[in-house]
Amino acid sequence: MSWILENLDTIGELTLVHLALSLPAVVIAFLVSIPLAWIANRIRVLREPLLTGTGLLYAVPSLPLFILLPALVGTSVRDPLNVVIALSIFGLALMVRSAAEALDAVTDDVQTSATAIGFSRVGRFFAVELSLAGPALLAGVRVVCVSSISLVSVSAVLGVNSLGSLFTDGFARDIIGSILAGIVMTVVLALICDLLLVLAGRLLMPWNKNAATVRPRLRKRRTQEAAA
Amino acid sequence: MIEFRQVGKTYPDGTTAVEEFSLTVPSRSTAVLLGSSGCGKTTLLRMVNRMVEPSTGSVLIDEEDISGVEPVALRRRIGYVMQHSGLLPHRRVIDNIATVPRLNGASRADARKRGYELMEIVGLDAKLGLRYPGQLSGGQQQRVGVARGLAADPNILLMDEPFGAVDPLVRVELQRELARVQEELKKTIIFVTHDIDEALTLGDQIVVLKTGGAVAASGTPAELLSNRQDEFVSRFLGLDSGARSLSAEKTDDGELLISDAQGRPLGVVPAQTDRADRP
Amino acid sequence: MNNIVEAVRWLLTADAWSGTGGLWVRSMEHLGYTLIALGISAAIALPLGLLIGHTGKGRGAAVVATGAARALPTLGLLTLVALFTGIGLTAPMVALVILAAPSVLAGAYAGVESVNPATVDAARAQGMSGWQVLTRVEIPLGLPLILSGLRLAALQIIATATLAAYVGAGGLGRPLFLGLRTYDYPLMLGTSIVVILLAILVDAVFGTGQRLLRRIPGLAGPQRAPRGQRRDSRRATAAAPAAGR
Repeated sequence: MSWILENLDTIGELTLVHLALSLPAVVIAFLVSIPLAWIANRIRVLREPLLTGTGLLYAVPSLPLFILLPALVGTSVRDPLNVVIALSIFGLALMVRSAAEALDAVTDDVQTSATAIGFSRVGRFFAVELSLAGPALLAGVRVVCVSSISLVSVSAVLGVNSLGSLFTDGFARDIIGSILAGIVMTVVLALICDLLLVLAGRLLMPWNKNAATVRPRLRKRRTQEAAA
Repeated sequence: MIEFRQVGKTYPDGTTAVEEFSLTVPSRSTAVLLGSSGCGKTTLLRMVNRMVEPSTGSVLIDEEDISGVEPVALRRRIGYVMQHSGLLPHRRVIDNIATVPRLNGASRADARKRGYELMEIVGLDAKLGLRYPGQLSGGQQQRVGVARGLAADPNILLMDEPFGAVDPLVRVELQRELARVQEELKKTIIFVTHDIDEALTLGDQIVVLKTGGAVAASGTPAELLSNRQDEFVSRFLGLDSGARSLSAEKTDDGELLISDAQGRPLGVVPAQTDRADRP
Repeated sequence: MNNIVEAVRWLLTADAWSGTGGLWVRSMEHLGYTLIALGISAAIALPLGLLIGHTGKGRGAAVVATGAARALPTLGLLTLVALFTGIGLTAPMVALVILAAPSVLAGAYAGVESVNPATVDAARAQGMSGWQVLTRVEIPLGLPLILSGLRLAALQIIATATLAAYVGAGGLGRPLFLGLRTYDYPLMLGTSIVVILLAILVDAVFGTGQRLLRRIPGLAGPQRAPRGQRRDSRRATAAAPAAGR
């Protein structure tokens, strides 16, 4: 444990680097997935290829992708940019399907009435569809955020600095404190980001308070009623 | 014979579904529990096969208190038909019907043979046997539900709004078929519904329930239709507004004259001595 | 691009695949790890998940556990266990199981919960015992989601098993890390391509299994649900953790 106290600076620094690698990937994944999802819903022939394609990306393991990407985009294996791109791809793989389904789930009634009120197609997308799909999109972003933060560390075996470096160093030099610090910081970082996303969701979508906790409870109620 | 002895049901959250309810359903007759949603009729029905345990009182089948009978064994000798059929979507129609015989240990071949007999009884084409429930119409699914309820040849059949989700024309047809089947098989049936016409068509005995399982009225269809004393009952049955499609008028001879909504006489029910003294 | 051409050329030589350290042996090792870890995870998490789904008890704890597992860094877990167990297969196996079990668990309880309560109710009313309801109704009808959980777990294991070589075990990570240490990029790249293909292959096997399941008319329900009634399928994605590659 003394190792941790002596190396608080390093841990703090690596935490920031870790964030700098993972957060851009989350933002990119979110921003790119929305238009892709929109295309998937609008142009039905493209729907299956797009969703299956991005789904397939999801099957690709991270380390091999970290190694393959430089050959495709011309970065070096140890380039942080390489990691950001790879994480964005994973985020996209997770996000596109859930975004497409979230946007698709906005009922026709709501869309028709919005059009009837006089929204333009673009205006309707931002004011109605995107807002109503918000809760489901948020759920997707939360998953992407947490898994990105956890995935970054793998790149440490290639020599990219992040909290993962605490694992490689700790393992090489037999310091349990280093590895423990890395694990705890990664989990704490993921939890804080997740919490911030939930709070942001409540601010942006006040109508959806506690949506995540209501659903199972509703279900339980229904089951009880069915049993009664 | 099924007997409810002052049964009550209070849920852990404090809501009371049924209070102090008593009823005797003679063997080989049909009792209809009639009431709007929340009156506790389904709760009462489900006490008979121990899907719901009464908080107070007891339920007896042929003089035997069922609280001492193992629930699973009890359910296997009581047929149960529910709204939306509740069929197993991943099993073929014939295997759905054969569920209970199979549970009771019949061989697959025997159970299927029994299944096909039942399909004939409820008026289903044997060709449908190898389909999956999702490939049948709503009315056909309900017939399968009835066939499944009858598969183990139970003495008792519990029916929970079995025809509630099918369109009106099919519903009338299913009611007619059920009446025919009952004529033939003579089961003891408890039938839950909120459809007054259905109750009048099928019930030997009808119990009209208010909220909390309180009995507003009970009797034969004819007795109920001539009952204009209780305001709740006449309002519920639509006797006050004349909206009821059938109405009964007592003639001077003590017979009941049944008329339709336009007042055209349809037929006469002979006098019933036990209640001749009532107005 | 030159590197890719070179890597593919290497992959096409017989030398790359033969011998005790060849890609063939390493691939089989990799698949072996995957099967063993998946088997152990399933043996632990399937019964538990089914029980949680069937009884509804312990659901809260399961949700928290699967959520936490999502945040757990694979490399950290692997190196931590390895410091205690030493170099070899134990550390990777422990890590793989810890990472994969939550996915299996989530798939199992989500699968059982996805079954229409009315169907379960009707099955009970026909006189099925709790065990019969589970084995004849809930498991077959929940199978699509149960399989999704196993599929996700398999992918996580294949990905993480690549790291097993980092703590001294075998598998395809072996040539990959050799290439890394010796600056042999084509070797790293070629091996990476094999790992990716292996993962896609396993994914495809599960995908085919799920498609075959969907052919059974009774199981097609949720997939073909009309617009606006897809809550179950979305819940399933939410329930599935996506960590640890």
